Amino acid sequence: MAKRNGSAAGKKPAAATTQPILNVDGVTLQYKTKEHLITATYRVGFDVYPADRFVLLGPSGCGKSTVLKGIAGYMKPVEGSIRLKGREISEPGPDRVMVFQEFDQLLPWKTVKQNIIFALHNGGKTDTAAEAEDIAMEYITKVKLTGFEDTYPHMLSGGMKQRVAIARGMAMEPDVLLMDEPFAALDALTRLQMQKELLQLWEDTHFTVLFVTHSIEEALIVGSRILVMSPHPGQVKAELNAHHLNHDNVGDKKFVKVQQHIHDMLFADRILEDEIQAADRT
Amino acid sequence: MSNVPNVLVRSEFEADEIGKAETGDVARKLTLFERISDMNSVRKLSILVLVIVAWEIYTRLSGVSELILPKFSATAEALYQAVMSEQLLAMVWNSMTVLVTGYAIGLAIATLLTTAATMSRFGNDVLSTLTAMLNPLPAIALLPLALLWFGLGADAIIFTLLHSVIWPVALNAHVGFMSVSETQRMVGRNYGLKGLVYVGKLLIPAAFPQILMGLKIGWAYAWRTLIAAELVFGGSISDTSEGASGGLGWFIFANQMDLQIAHVFAGLFTVILVGVFVENVIFNAIENRTVRRWGMQAR
Repeated sequence: MAKRNGSAAGKKPAAATTQPILNVDGVTLQYKTKEHLITATYRVGFDVYPADRFVLLGPSGCGKSTVLKGIAGYMKPVEGSIRLKGREISEPGPDRVMVFQEFDQLLPWKTVKQNIIFALHNGGKTDTAAEAEDIAMEYITKVKLTGFEDTYPHMLSGGMKQRVAIARGMAMEPDVLLMDEPFAALDALTRLQMQKELLQLWEDTHFTVLFVTHSIEEALIVGSRILVMSPHPGQVKAELNAHHLNHDNVGDKKFVKVQQHIHDMLFADRILEDEIQAADRT
Repeated sequence: MSNVPNVLVRSEFEADEIGKAETGDVARKLTLFERISDMNSVRKLSILVLVIVAWEIYTRLSGVSELILPKFSATAEALYQAVMSEQLLAMVWNSMTVLVTGYAIGLAIATLLTTAATMSRFGNDVLSTLTAMLNPLPAIALLPLALLWFGLGADAIIFTLLHSVIWPVALNAHVGFMSVSETQRMVGRNYGLKGLVYVGKLLIPAAFPQILMGLKIGWAYAWRTLIAAELVFGGSISDTSEGASGGLGWFIFANQMDLQIAHVFAGLFTVILVGVFVENVIFNAIENRTVRRWGMQAR
């Protein structure tokens, strides 16, 4: 335990004795396309504890985004249960705020500040306009966008838009913040910057976050615990610890070891898939 | 692989300090001419001036009959006279009153239809079927029927206006609602928006570019229909302001009967002016304050 760095050291052992905040149990999710009924995940289960930076990692098609949609309440599981603080999730709600990959998640007809106030007001977080304004400005400062509060989203860069989305999500102080590949559409340098800032924000308030990514490196840097998923249909392959890894470890021995381990796990599937495809073609 | 063939290996360098002195202006003020020629209104106005000049020169040089094509100067004079002593403005006012009444009722019905279409599949079917059936039908073709039902009066015109407003507005609004991105829908639901609040706070602003498009098309259809209907109905309708009877369409029709061709042109010119004013001043102002400011439509 002594090896854990930063404030995670004080938080983690305590978490082990508390109840999980989010409980996903044997969840099968299906959706329909025009021609098929697709099983996106099959009996996926995991527990998220308070202050976890829980990462869902896997190749495309492993249903990680679908799991997040299930938790957000946009999809109902056909089997199993998703419980937040012991209560079954039935519909979307402001206790689970989602940050999307797409830049158009900000409402273009509202300024940066108005976007946050819109969330606070409609999510029933604040009663008075002054209170909402204060909270909005506090989080705008936190994501380093002071001076841009009255700017419309179309004037912002991609990274800035994602910062606003994160500020909007955090301002709601949800039980769990759901992030669906939030940095995937950013350039590499901005992505690095955003990962660092997210970790700094986490150091401040130790919010619980569920983070979906297909980048092993990002998972290891951002996450404290990683759920590795395999595709077609999405199933749980492994659950690993990554609380001891961050940007400073990139490239060093223990980082590369875990990275390689996950890579092998995912790559095993990849080879199989290629073989199947090759067999199909002949 | 250290010696890659076909690549000229050069020495590397790093700048110690980047001087600012020799880079020149990083940002330069545009010249007056550049700024003026960037203004839309200036460019469009100069085209209008060109047309007027060509018109005046042609009528003067060709000696074409005043009964066929009056000079621009004669038209302008007729317009001045009509405004000053023939109550043209009151007639425009009469037309606008009928138009605004029809437009407002049309919008209300279109809103109902679109809301129903968004809320239920039955509503959706009703709207798409009715639109497919009625949208291609020219409003003016309903005029004989409107005469029969409502008699000779403003009611009949308003009925035909409704027809020309409802379908384009409802159709565009519905298409707008359907094309709101899935992400924005999910964001709205995430923060607990439901039912009519969801429509009002999320769908309407998100679909505003298309809604505005529908409003513009509806307006243009209504304006044309109104003038056409007035040409047919004449002066017996819409005595809303003292003294002047009839609307702008009647003004054109009556002057044509009297062979006052310059006045006919003045009337047509007024129709254009009103159209341009609504399009370029009113709708433009709305666009500037909404969709352009939000970056949802190019400038």
